[in-house]
Amino acid sequence: MAKFEKANSIGEWLDQRLAIETLKKVMNTEYWIPKNINFLWAMGMVLAATFGILVVSGIFLLMYYKPDTALAFDSVNYTTMTEVGYGWLWRHIHGVGASLVFLVIYIHMFTGIYYGSYKRGRELIWLSGMGLFVAFSAEAFSGYMLPWGQMSYWAGMVITNLFSGGSLEAYGLVEWIRGDYVPADAFLTRFFMLHVFLLPLVIIGLIVLHFGTLRIPHVNNQDGEEFDYAEAAELYKAGKVKESKVIPFSPVFLSKDVFVMGVYFILFFYLVFYHFEFAMDPVNFDPADGLKTPAHIYPEWYFLWSYEILRPFSKDLGLVLFAISQVIFFMLPFLDRSPNVAPASRRGLFKYWFWILLIDVIVLTFMGKLPPTDALFANIGLVAAVLFFVLWIALPFITKSEKKL
Amino acid sequence: MGKDVKGRRDFIGMALGGFTALGGIGALYAMKRSWDPLPSVKAAGFTTVDLSAAEENVLSVEKWRGKPIFVLKKSADMKKDPRDVVVGSDHFHVSIGLCTHLGCIPAYKPTDHKFLCACHGGEFDASGHEIFGPPPSPLEIPPFKIDGTTLVLGEAGPEYKKMLDAGLTV
Repeated sequence: MAKFEKANSIGEWLDQRLAIETLKKVMNTEYWIPKNINFLWAMGMVLAATFGILVVSGIFLLMYYKPDTALAFDSVNYTTMTEVGYGWLWRHIHGVGASLVFLVIYIHMFTGIYYGSYKRGRELIWLSGMGLFVAFSAEAFSGYMLPWGQMSYWAGMVITNLFSGGSLEAYGLVEWIRGDYVPADAFLTRFFMLHVFLLPLVIIGLIVLHFGTLRIPHVNNQDGEEFDYAEAAELYKAGKVKESKVIPFSPVFLSKDVFVMGVYFILFFYLVFYHFEFAMDPVNFDPADGLKTPAHIYPEWYFLWSYEILRPFSKDLGLVLFAISQVIFFMLPFLDRSPNVAPASRRGLFKYWFWILLIDVIVLTFMGKLPPTDALFANIGLVAAVLFFVLWIALPFITKSEKKL
Repeated sequence: MGKDVKGRRDFIGMALGGFTALGGIGALYAMKRSWDPLPSVKAAGFTTVDLSAAEENVLSVEKWRGKPIFVLKKSADMKKDPRDVVVGSDHFHVSIGLCTHLGCIPAYKPTDHKFLCACHGGEFDASGHEIFGPPPSPLEIPPFKIDGTTLVLGEAGPEYKKMLDAGLTV
């Protein structure tokens, strides 16, 4: 039996048994964040907070949801929306949250690309972050199935059909994923399981890993500057706060995060209360019908850029390019051959590469929403899709030729 | 730690690892099987269609395995095709009514004898051949068996197998 002294406070009592003082130092007061950053560094905590809100609103939606093809549509659109007290609030928060979480993920990703925060020891931060992007995509797709409206059904049909692999005609695999010949009851219940249990578990695990990968290389700063964290931390602890290049995560950095979150949540709740309809496709307010296709099928806005890569090509080529576009971002730390960790503006050709990529993805997003029947837009989509791959092929060459800063 | 002690601990570790791997493989198989379509789903995979009541050039849409099935009795002025289901002297076009591009349901235009897909503008003729737009292949023919004047969908009869062997459908 270890020896325990009598504790004089609850804090001391807990510290003796759980070492909470040490924990607080490691996680908060002596976890050092560089000073030379801007509001874009707050996106991580904004995402964590949005995920928290999605979990809470999801718990309340779960209370009345019925994962059954005969009952699901009414349990959402009738019971939750009209009978449950404030049920509409949880649903609008959940829908708006799912949309905004992708907006912030994209900002977070492109911030990382701009400042080179994915290399020289930070590869795992990038890879675990991309893992989160994929897990969130699967979470969004599985959640989209649950109201069992027309868009749920047909999105489920089209996306699971992708697994037939075009000319490989692997319909057995498609039927295995669905548990039926078409999306039906078995399909709805398994996607329900994925959405409310397995995928959130994976996401939480990946968030912990993502935080863990930050620990040793530390967060990047606006100049990609390398410095001695131990030395900077000593300065801060010695009271030379001005001279030190770092601040503690909590309470100093977190208070900046909270300010950005405040601005973000004004937008968030403005959308929840006044413009929730952007996250609620009207077509999905028709119950699922396997014998009637909606006139124009399109995914939610955050999947449009990769959907547009699928469209302009023949079926097989489209599928292959779509598959590549889904994983190519994982390769970024290895395709960038430059030794420089610096903002794109100081990296020669990479500056243009970054902005062209960003604009290209935005163009793909807009073209993905338009019906493909218009020849002009179809051609713009084709050019943008080809440009996307040209950029990735060019990346190793233009970064290799980059001058060392 | 003595060499002997380490060796004995290693053995326990390896024994545990071996049995865990074995159990893991078994569990993976069980997991795969749990995702398989249920026997009740498989059993419901047959539909019978009575062809005797069909009218010429009028499309009727049946449901088989949750998918729409086109049944179209051809009139005398419509071209015969090796993909036709022949019952007595009547020719029928039978296919899964999902566009082979991305799975939307095409609509039948009786005056032009054509199927038009609203999603991406694909067109098929009355025998299901793709004649315009992005569809990469003809409308698929479901496995069928002719039984008098009824058609059993989901069971592969000799006529279907012949079409399959000839590469007329997948």
